[in-house]
Amino acid sequence: MRLSGRQIDCIRGGRGVFSGLDFEASSGEVLAVVGPNGSGKTSLLRLIAGLLVPAGGSVDLEGGEAELTLPEQSHYLGHRDALKPALSVHENLAFWRDFLGGAAGDLSQCLKAVGLTHATRLPAAYLSAGQRRRLSIARLLAVRRPVWLLDEPTSALDTAGQDLFTGIMRDHLASGGIIIAATHAPLGIDARELRMGTSA
Amino acid sequence: MTALAALIRRDIRIALRVGGGALIGVLFFLTVTVLMPFAIGPDLALLTRLGPAILWLGALLASLLTLDRLFTADHEDGSLDLIVMGRAPLELACAAKALAHWLAAGLPLIAATPVLGLMLNLDATATSAVALTLLVGTPALTFTGMIGAALAVTLHRGGLLLAVLVLPLSIPVLIFGVAASQAAITGPLSFGTPFSILCAISLVSFVIGPFAAAASLRHGLD
Repeated sequence: MRLSGRQIDCIRGGRGVFSGLDFEASSGEVLAVVGPNGSGKTSLLRLIAGLLVPAGGSVDLEGGEAELTLPEQSHYLGHRDALKPALSVHENLAFWRDFLGGAAGDLSQCLKAVGLTHATRLPAAYLSAGQRRRLSIARLLAVRRPVWLLDEPTSALDTAGQDLFTGIMRDHLASGGIIIAATHAPLGIDARELRMGTSA
Repeated sequence: MTALAALIRRDIRIALRVGGGALIGVLFFLTVTVLMPFAIGPDLALLTRLGPAILWLGALLASLLTLDRLFTADHEDGSLDLIVMGRAPLELACAAKALAHWLAAGLPLIAATPVLGLMLNLDATATSAVALTLLVGTPALTFTGMIGAALAVTLHRGGLLLAVLVLPLSIPVLIFGVAASQAAITGPLSFGTPFSILCAISLVSFVIGPFAAAASLRHGLD
């Protein structure tokens, strides 16, 4: 499986964010998108996720399921956690599993993997920022998607959480997944680097 | 289908929990209707004549009150991004959200109508006529209002803009809803004519609403 972008131009609010960008990532690879604030890391991820339309160029996934689009085969972990404060930890995760089409099954494994077993029945409103992040990460485990688009995935995570997440990413790569992560902190995994514009 | 069922279940669950807004709509409906007799005075004949119109206006404003959270809440916490990326078609997801909103916020209004009809001196026939027209008409309010809710998300302006956008769209529903209720009470028109048109408006809104809302969301996400 290979994810590649050719000559991508991105324009937001009438301002060119980046242009002529090429990137490539194959199964089992991490592409770390680095660059200063405002250089377009989030824009690139949202563009791959199909949430922004590129002004030029194209993004292609070779070797994926032919009937599904790239966004339908991707997980997007953004700045916002997509959690409902009124629902419990378990209800939040169960909803995303059902909506994103994950196999029905026991969610306790996913919650255990991110260290949230003690808070299963707790409303998400009472979670700390780090716990919210952990719950979002559990979503990546509850539904299988080959491409992971991660925007500052380790922000708000403590050291133990970062190690935990590194392990989760390694497992995903070992099963042939692709990770594209916008990050400032080192991921703890050997990654190909994509340096975004220095002009911003 | 599980995806859409999950979406409906989640939205209803959130609406029914504390701060969810399902109850707020009914309370607002109750307040507006109870205020009317105080404003108009204890003229029973006048209240009976105005009753259907008051109930319809109350229901319209109450359904508008909770409509602006339809997409903004999901937009603010990032859920909307994932819904757009999901494998369920966005049009169906929009329809599912509107259906859930109507079940949680629209049905309670209709359930409250008989009680409120008493306050406006409406007899059993009149009350059931109003309840029936509301049952058929409020889905149209939700499904057309959804277009405004989607536009409000993409334009980053909630509440007030929604009211300005949606209220003109609801004029036909209001006209035929009240006309059908009046026809059942006083005549001379037959109840069936305006009622059929009201049904037709609802059916059209089921088709147009989800497509327009989905198109607006797709183009406006940023």
